[in-house]
Amino acid sequence: MLRNDRWWLQPLATVLGLLAFVAYGTWTAFRGNHYFVGYPRDYLSPFYSPCLVNSCGKAADFGHLGGIGTVSPALVILIFPMGFRLTCYYYRKAYYRSFWASPPACAVADAGSTSPSGLRSHYSGETRFPLVLQNAHRYFWYFAVLFACILTWDAVEAFRFPGGIGMGLGTLFFVINAALIWIYTLGCHACRHICGGSAKRFSRSRVRYRFWRDVFTPLNHHHQLFAWMSLIFIAWTDLYVYLVSTGAVHDPRFF
Amino acid sequence: MPEEREIVMKLWRGDAGGGAFETYKLPAQEGEVVLDVVHRIQATKAPDLAVRWNCKAGKCGSCSAEINGRPRLMCMTRMSSLPIGEITVSPMRGFPIMRDLVTDVSYNFEVAKQIPSFTPAPKPPGGYRMSQVDIDRGQEFHKCIECFLCQNVCHVIRDHEDNKRVYAGPRFFVRLAELEMHPLDTLDRRAYISEAMGIGLCNITKCCTEVCPEDIHITDNAIIPLKERVVDARYDPVAWLGRKLLGRPAPLSAVQAARYTGAASSAARSPSARAVPASPETASSTGLPAD
Ligand code: SF4
Ligand code: SF4
Ligand code: FES
Ligand code: FES
Repeated sequence: MLRNDRWWLQPLATVLGLLAFVAYGTWTAFRGNHYFVGYPRDYLSPFYSPCLVNSCGKAADFGHLGGIGTVSPALVILIFPMGFRLTCYYYRKAYYRSFWASPPACAVADAGSTSPSGLRSHYSGETRFPLVLQNAHRYFWYFAVLFACILTWDAVEAFRFPGGIGMGLGTLFFVINAALIWIYTLGCHACRHICGGSAKRFSRSRVRYRFWRDVFTPLNHHHQLFAWMSLIFIAWTDLYVYLVSTGAVHDPRFF
Repeated sequence: MPEEREIVMKLWRGDAGGGAFETYKLPAQEGEVVLDVVHRIQATKAPDLAVRWNCKAGKCGSCSAEINGRPRLMCMTRMSSLPIGEITVSPMRGFPIMRDLVTDVSYNFEVAKQIPSFTPAPKPPGGYRMSQVDIDRGQEFHKCIECFLCQNVCHVIRDHEDNKRVYAGPRFFVRLAELEMHPLDTLDRRAYISEAMGIGLCNITKCCTEVCPEDIHITDNAIIPLKERVVDARYDPVAWLGRKLLGRPAPLSAVQAARYTGAASSAARSPSARAVPASPETASSTGLPAD
């Protein structure tokens, strides 16, 4: 190893950040309660939206799928946002480097290549099962657009107050959360390709070119930043809903 | 008058048979880059030191090496930008060593021959026409100076020598992206990029982008768009259905695309039998310390 700088700092920070989110997400997803403030606020946690099982009660804006026993409503839908993030080109880079050490940092040996056991000595990248499934990312993106619409609806609902329209601190969080989700989703590499970049001649697809140049490419350029910002904000919005629902925090109303 | 500072530079000396780091000490001078110091060592202490360079301006791509373990151009690395203390300069470890800081990068030229070439439609009356918006994207890729730092750092081949037979590497994904996005090009290389160029081996960990001295966004602007094109051609059932319904042609097979390579003119070959010689000399067998 000839690198003598602190190359391990970034993978370490990534591991800690992702583990913290996974731990929080697991707690929240299995909790199955305090994800909705029915009255006097219409706040539904992003982990539980759309709420589709019978136990959702008034949180179900889009109808009920059925009972599914006592399963937490989050577990029914989380596969979509989870699949989207897991197959995201940025998160792939992040966990290949930090969890799989392949490679842990640039010009630092792949974990597989130096293991004395010979385990993982052959490297097949994303060519075989299961990693070849990363190619399905665009399908998760289609669902992600749907989810972004649903979270936007939740943000609109967060303006619903007893006696009409109002706004609380939570409403602000819901708006920021929805905005960050859109920014993250529209900066997706699959989106940049499907909605613009796949054109061979931009001069023949002017509209796609405009979007590609002015929307997708600039957002894509900061995809890593938005991936983290939206991840943190989802957890934060959920936590806030939990605190308001349990009564630990009083949600101040602006108007 | 400021105190005279001393440079302590460890240079890797040796050849394919093995070698070791040797330490050189010399007084610091104002405004130097690493290549200047290497040249001073060559002029005053080690006249037989082998080092490749040409322009000293970051434009010829000859002086690639690893400085403190990081792949960089020696002529573009200011001494003042390095942390105080011992500085190591070693040859690129991704390629077989010839002598001292000089490596044999011919693997790259072999891959270059495997790229299906630019294939425009026959010239229409009045000549070809292109709009600026059609060529903007490709312009970034033209900046490549073929320093091969990206090829050197890519762990797919750096740490797994056996993949050299099946993998083109980031520099050539840049080239392929340039061709695939060229407004006049008519060839469909997607199956070839997947099967013969091995793009599925890249796990988009972005080290190529990190080291590129020309600041080409290799992963974001070349590799991922190519991966998405490969998904269109090979993994997306909806795209497949769309082609069927609209009567669009099926993607060109890798074997068909291979006929357009420079190498194909000398010998017919199937993409599974890439003629890239796996070098017998892995970097680790030449005495360089492990990463
Ligand atoms: S992004 Fe892909 S091509 Fe670039 S260094 Fe990483 S594995 Fe290699
Ligand atoms: S893409 Fe960048 S790093 Fe790779 S050979 Fe070209 S200039 Fe060098
Ligand atoms: S690349 Fe990150 S969401 Fe698609
Ligand atoms: S000498 Fe030409 S790039 Fe360094």
